[in-house]
Amino acid sequence: MRAIGMSVRLVLIIGAAVVSTGCISTEARLLDADTSQVQLRSMQVRAFDTTDRERMLRTVVATLQDLGFVLDAGEVGLGTVSGTRYIDTSQMRITVSVWPRGESQLLVRASCELRRKPVEDPATYQRFFTALSKAVFLDAHEIE
Amino acid sequence: MILEGARASTERRDKYRSQLVILWVVLCLFGLGGCTATTVQPEDMRLTPETTAKRQSQMRIFDTGNEAEVLVAVVAVLQDIGFLIDESETQLGVIVGSKERSAIQPAEVAASYTLAIVATLLTGEAVDPVYAERQTMRVSVVTTPVEEKNGTAVRVNFQRLVFTNKGNISRKEVLGSDEIYQEFFAKLSKSLFLEAHSQ
Repeated sequence: MRAIGMSVRLVLIIGAAVVSTGCISTEARLLDADTSQVQLRSMQVRAFDTTDRERMLRTVVATLQDLGFVLDAGEVGLGTVSGTRYIDTSQMRITVSVWPRGESQLLVRASCELRRKPVEDPATYQRFFTALSKAVFLDAHEIE
Repeated sequence: MILEGARASTERRDKYRSQLVILWVVLCLFGLGGCTATTVQPEDMRLTPETTAKRQSQMRIFDTGNEAEVLVAVVAVLQDIGFLIDESETQLGVIVGSKERSAIQPAEVAASYTLAIVATLLTGEAVDPVYAERQTMRVSVVTTPVEEKNGTAVRVNFQRLVFTNKGNISRKEVLGSDEIYQEFFAKLSKSLFLEAHSQ
């Protein structure tokens, strides 16, 4: 019984310590309110000097396959392609969307998720756009 | 001798019973003894007065007849808030997305470890802690042309599945509140450069 008394005391201590530190609410997680969306967008988006949306989407599909992704979904009407790549015990998911920017450009946005978090490492996106840029024979321009 | 043996066994049984009672109370407290409905309830699949109110808070109308443009803006907002696209059908105006996030709440983890320690001490068998570890959040967005107003209606729904550290589903629920929908449509308005109207 002494052990139980100690455990109960332990619960109270740990509980009090933890509750006072607080945690992210489900609502905040639902809208990813804890990440900087502007910063994330700037690393995920590039502009290309072409208006051929379908060709761009096909190139995105080919690039994703080159990078080891298996495609989950894709639609020309919406201009999106999604895929999954397994890495050891976890998996990386990606959605790439393509839409026109002005009269002469396309914007391409890639967003990745790995281990229950959005990928926030600019180098990962940089490598993806380097691969895409090579495949489509066009430069990827950063936008502000 | 026999008497002593009997008393010892009664004591042991009492001790065992009190341990069981404690364990039972603890389990109830943590909601592990919850019950599930196995049959379809008569109130299922029935429209209620709240149905309209819920629809109103999940739906807005934008002043554009260009449904495709609205769908593209929806994708932009979904990517902004970390969703990936699982499924889409522009002709139907349907987009389905999901994202996986941590579901770890430190208080729950601490409580489950303590519960496991207490249960291990009581039963003498190793009891593993079980707590919510990850969650899959799902979203569906549906657009509908509103011809008489030359507008496009957008409706959004959220739900989530919570998985424990043992890989079992511990919770399935609808998510969303007026504030959440408000914020979602505020982002969509910004992305579309259009104001959102309620019906």
